[in-house]
Order: sequence, then C-alpha cells, then structure tokens
Amino acid sequence: MRLVILDDFDLASEWAAKYIRNRIIQFKPSAERHFTLGLPTGSTPYGCYQKLIEYYRSGDISFKYVKTFNMDEYVGLPRAHPESYHSYMWNNFFKHIDIDPANAHILDGNAEDLEAECQAYEQKIAEAGGIELFVGGIGPDGHIAFNEPGSSLVSRTRVKTLAKDTIVANARFFGNDLSRVPTMALTVGVGTVMNANEVMILITGAHKAFALYKAIEEGVNHMWTVSAFQQHPRTIFVCDEDATLELRVKTVKYFKGLMHVHNRLVDPVLSIKDQ
Amino acid sequence: MPSNKSVSDASITQFINCRILREHQLQREDLWVRDGRILDPEKLFFDEQGYADERVNCEGSIIAPGFIDVQINGGYGIDFSQISEDVSSGLSFVSKKILQHGVTSFCPTLVTSPPAVYHKVLPQVKVHDGGRGGAGVLGFHLEGPFISVEKKGAHPESFLRTFQAGGMEDLMEAYGSLDSVAMVTLAPELAGSQSVVRELCRRGITVSLGHSVANLSQAEEAVHHGASFITHLFNAMLPFHHRDPGIVGLLTSDRVPSGRTVYYGMIADGIHTNPAALRIAHRAHPSGLVLVTDAITAMGLPPGRHTLGQQVVEIQGLHAYVAGTTTLCGSIATMDMCVRHFKQAAGCSVEEALEAASLHPAQLLGLVHKKGNLDYGSDADLVLLDDALNVKATFISGEEVWRKEP
Repeated sequence: MRLVILDDFDLASEWAAKYIRNRIIQFKPSAERHFTLGLPTGSTPYGCYQKLIEYYRSGDISFKYVKTFNMDEYVGLPRAHPESYHSYMWNNFFKHIDIDPANAHILDGNAEDLEAECQAYEQKIAEAGGIELFVGGIGPDGHIAFNEPGSSLVSRTRVKTLAKDTIVANARFFGNDLSRVPTMALTVGVGTVMNANEVMILITGAHKAFALYKAIEEGVNHMWTVSAFQQHPRTIFVCDEDATLELRVKTVKYFKGLMHVHNRLVDPVLSIKDQ
Repeated sequence: MPSNKSVSDASITQFINCRILREHQLQREDLWVRDGRILDPEKLFFDEQGYADERVNCEGSIIAPGFIDVQINGGYGIDFSQISEDVSSGLSFVSKKILQHGVTSFCPTLVTSPPAVYHKVLPQVKVHDGGRGGAGVLGFHLEGPFISVEKKGAHPESFLRTFQAGGMEDLMEAYGSLDSVAMVTLAPELAGSQSVVRELCRRGITVSLGHSVANLSQAEEAVHHGASFITHLFNAMLPFHHRDPGIVGLLTSDRVPSGRTVYYGMIADGIHTNPAALRIAHRAHPSGLVLVTDAITAMGLPPGRHTLGQQVVEIQGLHAYVAGTTTLCGSIATMDMCVRHFKQAAGCSVEEALEAASLHPAQLLGLVHKKGNLDYGSDADLVLLDDALNVKATFISGEEVWRKEP
C-alpha cells in the first residue's frame, strides 16, 4: 500500500487528480485502447473532479478515449433527481469535459430487472478489458462503494440494502429527512474493485479517521470492507492530515517520510500538449 | 465524430461561455437547443448518448429569454392602427426592426379606432411564431374603444364606446373578430363591463384595466371577473389617493383571488413615469411588473421632425413632442432601453430587470410553458446581452435572427 498524506483537503484532491492525469497520459489511450477508470461520488472526490476539469480546460488532458464506470447508484431514485449519482456525475464532471456519452457507464437504479442490470454491468467491465484504475472513497463505517459491513470480500455487482449508518450519513443530501433517503442501492462488489489493475482510495476529514485506522492498521475484515485492499498488489490511499488522526504516530511518520518517493508519481505532471 | 441521437436527427447547438437566466438567477451554465427548443443536456447525455453538433461561443454574454412587448403601437414610421390594404407588411417591417431591441414576441397594439379599422386590420394578421423575418406576433392588444372619456389620453374621443346592447355584442360589433386578439384594455366602471370581462377571459383573452376612472372596488370587481393586467400603470387612471387608491391600489389589494396575480404595465422610459413612482410600484409588487414600450410610430426614427399620419411629431432625444409644443405624444423608447432604465431607476438586480421584460409578460399571457424562460422544452427565443444589458444578438427558435455589427 502507498499511504499518501497531504496537509489538507485541497492538496489531497490535487495530488489525486495529478495522479489520475499522469496515469491516463502515460497510458496513451486511443480509439483501440481506452483507459478504463472507476469513479466514486460524494463530497470527498469533489475537489479531485474540480481539478480534473481544470486540467481539461487548460488543454492538458482529454477524456476522449477514457471509459468510466461509476461504483454505485441508488435504487428507485428518479435519474433526474438532484441527488441521484447520475445527476452528481453530470453536474460535477461529465458536462464539463469531453467524454463520449457512450463511454460513461453508471448503474441504472430504475432498471426493470435489477439483478440483470448488475450482471450486465459486470459484463460491460469485462468487455472493456477490466478497470485500469478504480478510484473510490470510504464510508464512516469503512465501506467501499455500498459494500456495507458484512459484505462478502469477494462480492460482485449487486443490490444492497443500505446500513443505518450510511442512511444517516446521506440524510444531509435529502434535507436531513431520513424518510427521504433511498434504502437500497446497486453497487460494484468488493471483488469487482479488487479486479482492477490499481485502486486509489480518497479519504479526507476527521470523521473518516477511525475507518481508515480499521482499514489499514487492523486485519482484513468484512466489517470494514476497505480492508480488503490490503490484499491488492497496487493500492494507494490519498488522505489529508485529519484522516490520519486515529493512526499510530509510527505509521504516519513512516509514510510521510516516503512523500519524496510518492511525489515522483505526480511530479513532473504530464500534459497531452507535450505529445 | 458521428453523433448517436436516438430521439431526433435534428442538429444540436450548445451555447458556451455564457451566463443564463434560470430559476431567477444568472447561472454559469451552457444552454442547449434542438428543434427550436431548449434541450435538457443531461437527458441527452444519458438517454441518447448524444452531444452537440455545433457550439456557439457567447464570450461571456448574458443569455436571457427573448423580450416580450405587450404594448407597442407601431414604429419606424409604421402605425398599426392605420387602415391599410397591407397591414402585414407594415407589421413585418416593425417586427423585424424590433429584433435589434431583443424583442422576440409582441402584441401589436391598436388604439381606439372606428369599427372599420378593426374589421379591416384584424383579419389580416394571424398569431404566428417569429423567425428571420421578425419577432413573433402573439395577438393584438386592443386598447379601447371601451374606455373612459375623462381618461382618453391621446385616443380620439369620437370613437369611444360604451356597452349599450349587451356587453359582448357591442364588443363583437366593434372588433368584428377576436381570433387574433391576445388582450383587450377596457375601463371597468363602464356599465355592463363585468360580463364582457368574464366572457373575454373565458375565451383566453387577457383583460386589462386602463384609461379609466374606476375606484379600487370597481377595479377589484373586474379582477374578480378575471381581469389580470393594468395598462401603463399611473397613466390614464385616477392618481393614487390614500382613501381610495383606485386602480393603483390593485398592487397591494387583498381582494385579489388567491393564486392569481395582477400584473401591471410600466413604461420605464424615464419620462412617462417618475422614477420615484416606478420604485413605489416595484417595491409594492415586484413580481407583477411588466415592462412595455407603448411605442408609437415615431419610435426608431432619427431626431427631427416627422409627419406621421395627421400629426407632425418632433423627436428630441427620448422625447417625442407634438411639433412646436412640449406636449408628449407617446413613447419612443425601445424595449432594451426600458430594461436598462428600469434596472437603474429601480435599483433592482439584473435578473429582475430581465424577468420584467420576459418572464412576467409570458406569465401574464399564460404562455410560460413555452415563452419567457429558458426552461427545458421552452421555445429557444433568446437575447444575448453584455453586462450593461445592451443587445448583442437575438435568436428565435434557436436561430440567429439579428447580430450587432462589431
């Protein structure tokens, strides 16, 4: 694991965005070989999306040959609802960049047959050649996507009932009215994300600190599903100072000491203008 | 790249680098148009996996819904009330000229005239959408002849009428046909007007109160029967009095049926209404304010003397006088001038000023489902403006119909 610790939310967002930028440009995506990117939603990746949009606007990166697969979507929420993950992705990312609409995949929470929808999604990922880089976040209960505590660590894309913790955490997007928060979601499985060539988890804020501690300093445990990535060969955790508050001083010092190595991944930052 | 649009083959235009008026605010958003209507880009993206065929760079301009002028008597030497064999061409001429003022739809207005004029003029014009040829016609505004003698203003007294026979019969006898009529201004204190107000409203025609000496009760009764507009507030009506506010009192009346709004026309040229009076009205009832030009034949003509019909008019700046006198003979301000002046005089926001010329008139005429806003599905009648609210370009149904020379 790489644990990349930046001073604050903005710096963490920027580091993550630069990493994604460099990975895409180094990959040299083309019509025959797209770069497949797994994407999260929520407040944590917002800053990262803003930065990526900035890089697109300055002409340094293009998403023309990038295929995206979002992690999850609520069940039963109208797609045009402002809190749907389709709306989030459109407003905070897709509408600002040059991605081909046919390459932007998000699970359909209003599909007639939800199980078929999940299977079809796994199929689409396989047809795209698998995910090159899966970007994700972590819930306060240590979940990745909507793989709530107790989810199988080898699970695939499926329907999940949301844990109370998650519903409470999401209530702020629904006027703090618990009754308006969707109770089910479609989500990629832990196993689905584990299949990616590389996984990058963004974790910022003190409220995520305990989950980060459980995910990386304790054992692999299905109660804290992000811990599964301890067994992935290529995982990066990008966090801010606050997210490290529950870690051992020794862990933090060790990884901060490696920042000069980590920073070589984003410095120099590449641009398509140089190609 | 070939596009994949499963719903329609029509070309999609994306207006970028602009601020659009939406949800009562100027938002930094792109505006998408297809088939002459505003398009929902999110639906396009997810449902059709479609994207823009063409991008228009607005260079930071403001995009507002096209202006709607519900009271304009003519311009550029054309007088809509003049009997003519070819009303259409005069109307077209003006409708094309007003595109440069940002007006995309209007109600050609006829002042009090003898029946012969109405019978001749009305059938020659149909309600129609605008385009390259000019702004769209929403229907006539018939100002008179059922108005008050005491408040006739510049209307010819000999052609004023009252409801003698039975309300609508008098009206139909005067006008001939109501097919192309969007609005009628009348004085509600005239006996027999109530049934006329009800019947006109039933037919979907907006009833406006004006050129009247009605007191507040009479005005409220007319509103109860369906009247929803006040023609050029303050002008040609009794002045506000603290024990009987008259028609002006409708702005704050508590007898307006719930769910209904009384709108009021305002000629914001700085001449017909003192800015302080404008502010009183605006502050009392901001959501009802509708900017109108009430422009006369002389609008658009250069300074100096002009012979218009039976009158000789002298234009000095924004004033139009009866030649050789200091008597005003009508307004010659253009709609965009009115928007700018209103914003400056009322101290209101840009959004409010723009809505007074677009959203509010559309609401008044019951056309919000397709005009006066930039909601998905509405007609793409647009006006591009700079920050000082000067018109840079005008679009009707998504097509550019006027652009300012650089």
